[in-house]
Amino acid sequence: MSAIRVVIPTHLKTLAGVSGEVTLEVAEPVTTARVLDALEARYPVLVGTIRNPETKARRAFVRFFACEEDLSHDPTDNVLPAAVLSGAEPFFVIGAMAGG
Amino acid sequence: MSGVRVLVGTSKGAFVMSADGARRDWRIEGPFFEGWEIYHVKGSPVDPNRIYASQSTGWFGQIVQRSDDGGRSWDTVGNQFAYDGVPGTHQWYDGTPHPWEFARVWHFEPSLSDPDAVLAGVEDAALFRSTDAGASWAELSGLRNGGTGSRWQPGAGGMAVHTIIQDPTNAQRIYVAISAAGVFRSDDGGATWTPKNRGLASGEIPDEDAEVGHCVHRIALHPSAPETLFIQKHWDVMRSDDAGDSWHEVSGDLPTDFGFVVDVHAHEPETVYVLPITSDSVHYVPDGKLRVYRSRTGGGEWEPLAKGLPQEHCYVNVLRDAMAVDRLDECGVYFGTTDGHVFASPDGGDSWQAITTSLPRVLSVEVQTLA
Repeated sequence: MSAIRVVIPTHLKTLAGVSGEVTLEVAEPVTTARVLDALEARYPVLVGTIRNPETKARRAFVRFFACEEDLSHDPTDNVLPAAVLSGAEPFFVIGAMAGG
Repeated sequence: MSGVRVLVGTSKGAFVMSADGARRDWRIEGPFFEGWEIYHVKGSPVDPNRIYASQSTGWFGQIVQRSDDGGRSWDTVGNQFAYDGVPGTHQWYDGTPHPWEFARVWHFEPSLSDPDAVLAGVEDAALFRSTDAGASWAELSGLRNGGTGSRWQPGAGGMAVHTIIQDPTNAQRIYVAISAAGVFRSDDGGATWTPKNRGLASGEIPDEDAEVGHCVHRIALHPSAPETLFIQKHWDVMRSDDAGDSWHEVSGDLPTDFGFVVDVHAHEPETVYVLPITSDSVHYVPDGKLRVYRSRTGGGEWEPLAKGLPQEHCYVNVLRDAMAVDRLDECGVYFGTTDGHVFASPDGGDSWQAITTSLPRVLSVEVQTLA
């Protein structure tokens, strides 16, 4: 298991009742999908807010960043960067910039 | 002393406003669910402390909130709205087939008899029911699969079940309205549905008498006359006296018959309220004047109600779910505007007072009459 730091957007923090980062124990290999599985298991209110609950497709205006890279379009079973696995860097769930 | 509670959904949160029976001094609580679009907030007529709120954003999708203490505190409940079976397609704006995709809940209609039962009208157009106070939702798929769904097409705001009316004298009879498909009625508790659009005569579609395709903006019914329905359509105010089997126009002497809201006085089934909007291309009130129109003759003859409302430089809209009436002895009327005003009339529309003036865009207004 790895302790993964995750940053979620303000609206989702409010729903989940958390402030700041959350730290999740995620089974290896640590992938985007597994981090999201762990996040939704800890905070069931987030099911459906980041990805489709059935297809697991990312919602259109949600992005995944880590280590200054946009991982949103990568396969969700890719292993996350080493700095995320070590806890040096967080995994970001971002509400995409949209609107004016 | 009896009082009222006004439930307001806005583009950036929900507000709960309460007053005693005089309806002059208001206490405003909120915003609840800050930053989220609150399409609709509505309380159970059986248990007024139970209130449902539809919370959504384009970013993070649909959340359903429920309060069991009159709006003071809220808990999230079920937000999974899965279409029954393989949902198929409806028509897209360009006429091509488009897959049914859930977007959000537009309207909640709590049961008239069971505090744990509630209907939800959603985009893309479908009707869902919960019998466990919102914990889980099942589609009443007879509406979508009734034979015309593949021909339904969205209006500019999307394709949604936005109006749900339960007949208070017949638990098996339900009406819904869909933009831009029209009116549908079920006589078996929501299992099967029939289009009820005969006579709507919509000049803005290729066949004005088409079975479906009518842009019905809102339906209203008085509990003591459940066979009589009023529609504010895209254009035209319409009336039916046979439970939707046929419709005739009652726009009469309105300055324009485009609009979104329609409602009926709590104690006078022939007293009807609309709020005319300039046109389909100019979505604000005519002449810079905010005026409700009231008919005491069931339509046809209308009088403007303007006392206390802005009568110059006013360019607001009032959206389809943003008018309501209370049931106090002297019927109160309420509406909210796209520039964040909420107005109340404690005297059936004769005079108006702004409860508040600077909310976000008002999406819905409901009122609960409290003992």
